[in-house]
Amino acid sequence: MARRFGPELAMALVLIAAPFVLPHLGFSFDLLQRILDWGIIGLGFDLLFGATGLLSFGQAAFYGTGGFVSAYLLTAHIVGSVWLALAIGTVAAGLFGLLVGWLAVRRIGIYFTMITLAFGQMAFFLENSPLAGLTGGENGLPGVPVPSLAGHKLTAGEPLYWALAAIFLAGFVLARRILHSPFGTVLRAIKQNTARAGMTGHSVPAYKLAVFVIAALYAGLAGGLLGVLQSYMPPDAFMLDTSGQLVVQTVIGGVGTLIGPLVGATIWLWLRDNLQLIPHLGALWKLVLGLIFIALVVVLKRGIAGEVAFLVSRRSTRAAEQDVPEEGGEAAVMPVKAPALALGAPLVATGPDVPALRAIGVSKFYGGLHAVEGVSFDVRRGSIHAVIGPNGAGKSTLFKMLKDEIPPTAGEVLLFGNRITGLGPTRTAQLGIGKSNQLNQLFLDMTAEENLRIAALARARGTFRTDLWREASSLPEVERQVRAAIETVGLAHRAQVPAHVLPYGEKRRLEIGIALATGPNVLLLDEPLAGMSPAERVATRALVREIARTRTLVIVEHDMDAIFELAERITVLYEGRLLAEGTPEEIQRNQAVQDAYLGGMHEEGMQGEGVHA
Amino acid sequence: MPSAPLLLSQAFNGLALGTLLALVSSGLTIILGTLGVLNFAHGALFMLGAYAMYVVATATGSYVLAVVVGAAFMLVVGVALERGLVRLFYARPHEDQILVTFGAGIVFTEVARAIFGGNALTVPTPSWGQGIVHLGFLFYPTYRLQLIGIIAALLFALYLVLYRTSIGLVVRAGIEDARMVGILGINVRRAFLGVFALGVVTAGVSGMLYAPIISVEPDMGSNFLVQAFVVIVIGGLGSFPGAVVGGLVAGEIIALTSAFNAAYSDVMLYAVMALLLVLRPQGLFGSEGRV
Repeated sequence: MARRFGPELAMALVLIAAPFVLPHLGFSFDLLQRILDWGIIGLGFDLLFGATGLLSFGQAAFYGTGGFVSAYLLTAHIVGSVWLALAIGTVAAGLFGLLVGWLAVRRIGIYFTMITLAFGQMAFFLENSPLAGLTGGENGLPGVPVPSLAGHKLTAGEPLYWALAAIFLAGFVLARRILHSPFGTVLRAIKQNTARAGMTGHSVPAYKLAVFVIAALYAGLAGGLLGVLQSYMPPDAFMLDTSGQLVVQTVIGGVGTLIGPLVGATIWLWLRDNLQLIPHLGALWKLVLGLIFIALVVVLKRGIAGEVAFLVSRRSTRAAEQDVPEEGGEAAVMPVKAPALALGAPLVATGPDVPALRAIGVSKFYGGLHAVEGVSFDVRRGSIHAVIGPNGAGKSTLFKMLKDEIPPTAGEVLLFGNRITGLGPTRTAQLGIGKSNQLNQLFLDMTAEENLRIAALARARGTFRTDLWREASSLPEVERQVRAAIETVGLAHRAQVPAHVLPYGEKRRLEIGIALATGPNVLLLDEPLAGMSPAERVATRALVREIARTRTLVIVEHDMDAIFELAERITVLYEGRLLAEGTPEEIQRNQAVQDAYLGGMHEEGMQGEGVHA
Repeated sequence: MPSAPLLLSQAFNGLALGTLLALVSSGLTIILGTLGVLNFAHGALFMLGAYAMYVVATATGSYVLAVVVGAAFMLVVGVALERGLVRLFYARPHEDQILVTFGAGIVFTEVARAIFGGNALTVPTPSWGQGIVHLGFLFYPTYRLQLIGIIAALLFALYLVLYRTSIGLVVRAGIEDARMVGILGINVRRAFLGVFALGVVTAGVSGMLYAPIISVEPDMGSNFLVQAFVVIVIGGLGSFPGAVVGGLVAGEIIALTSAFNAAYSDVMLYAVMALLLVLRPQGLFGSEGRV
């Protein structure tokens, strides 16, 4: 109990002790309340930036919206209850967040940050002039009342501190639940590797939008409370400086720790209030902060709370890392018989003659470059089908189109007779196409087990679900799936090791494991043996055969021995076109294929097929 | 509906504001386009330029000398900032680049506050720029009129640097594909330093030229920073012609909207930016995915 809820209990103790200890260190009640207010908006911001990796410079928009809606309802005597007004303000901020987020989450990086900043500024100027009649414009709204509880007014000072502390604690508990829920696991996966999170079947835009709204709700509540705690709603809540201060405080305190913004606010506000009292130094408090901030961004990327958390957790991580062999010195682990997966993609009822996967005239042109041109082939249900060809033949491009990671210029792909082209990699994952990539696409800072859980969660929960309250590892069938996948790829002994620590061969197997844990009916393996030692190749060949017993497999590989041993049918690509198709024996005898691999392909030998540059 | 003379004079105001925004933004956009760094310190560098103008112009009385000395000062600041800080971040995520330049902006702002205090300072209009000109439809301050010409000349000079010199060729090639430029054996590190310094000097000179028009204070840059963001979004991130056209468009949006309803002039600017980011994120002259 104490172990599981340790952070919550510790936070409760800190909040209880704070008013007894901190006043001796120059913290007034007013200061404590402001710190908690920043902490509340920070909880949401850290879920957005720390957990999901979305840097918003527009949180002031929601802070101000929540604040002014609450304050207006109260000062205009439309709503009598402060609590109700706070709730309405919070919802209003959430709705505004829904609108802004809906537009912002389609873009990444600089674009995302600039959209949030633009809306933040727009909100500021809206408050400042067109809506000045309601909001007081540059004057803000004075006279915001304090709330009552059981007939007692929670006046400024100690009573209001306890109210804010209770609200912060509730927000903290909720944020921690969210972070450790299946929903939060997907958020962290998105930060680690957005593309792979989408490929395993999670709807990345939906999760981003959801966390954006959650952050806006936290900001709206904090904004409402700001008006209450100073009985005045200031227009600078909407200013870019507010968003900027939040970012700085979060980075100083520690990104991704939830309490980082609170810690950062403590430092920021304490420096401001106390350095100002020192003659000659007063004006420098923000300069000191700016320098600390830069130093943290450059060197100590974890921030203060992040550094502490890192030191605490390092011992356990080290123990797990210790018995991971050095690169190259690893022993190949032979896979045991693969346990059946608990979860699988829905099977489509079709006649036995319908191929598992059918490519019809699939082409991909990049300007004048014809990477893939008019390729058609069928993959028989339950078979191992190989796609081979010299470097640059278009194999990986074709593979990406089989899962609809990239849209074909022409042609289409059918999965069990149904067209999947145009659905995108998330939908195709849900429909049962798994893929391991030529270059590893792992969630590097998460453990091997978590990597597989992300994939299994996509199968169990579909593209999107807001299960914020349950523990990520509390879904029995997901855990069975994770165990089955981890044993199949022979990584059970590495379950708790972060993926970035694993030696290359094990990373490669984890890559396959992620694809497998999505419970695919059709599994695409892009060069699964690339970069493996001879012993690992043998083990992985056995693994591939084992996986193929219960599903259809399409494999791209340069290791011809492996291909001729495993594949039932082989499709040969040459310069983007289909060169040959047949059984391994037929392909081995095929003169054109031999020529292609010897590199002596002549244009006239291709019966008029041009060679494309 | 506002009268025609009002619209005409507002359009002229928009031109004056637009040329300034074009100059400020071109510094931001060549850094973004070549180095991939969105420089959040750009507004603070604008502010440093204004203070440099204040110091030299009040000490010597010569505006031309102030611009020359100020530009040299900004060159030093730009080189120090690139060598000491920004260079470490070329390979780091955009979020880190934003954070560190944002931090640098705070430090510059606070250094200025520590030295000059928080009060607004004024730089008098130069003697050759005093008075008012009658344009026929509008009385206009002489200096602001001269400023349009000066900035146009500076933008043309920047155009010559970017399109007629070898460093400009590297910059424009770097916008297309920085890695390839490196493979071709061009000293990318030195070129990057040059580009960054050029962007910083541009920001600083903008601040110097504008100092006699607005009050000089530590926080003066942040509004220009955000408006420069709008400009480069309109024009297309990383595009020099885009920054010029975007600056003029942004200036006209602000000026013409205030002819109808002054309360909405800034709201309109950001609404246009938000809409463009959503509907046409590559802007008028850019191609998406370049930065």
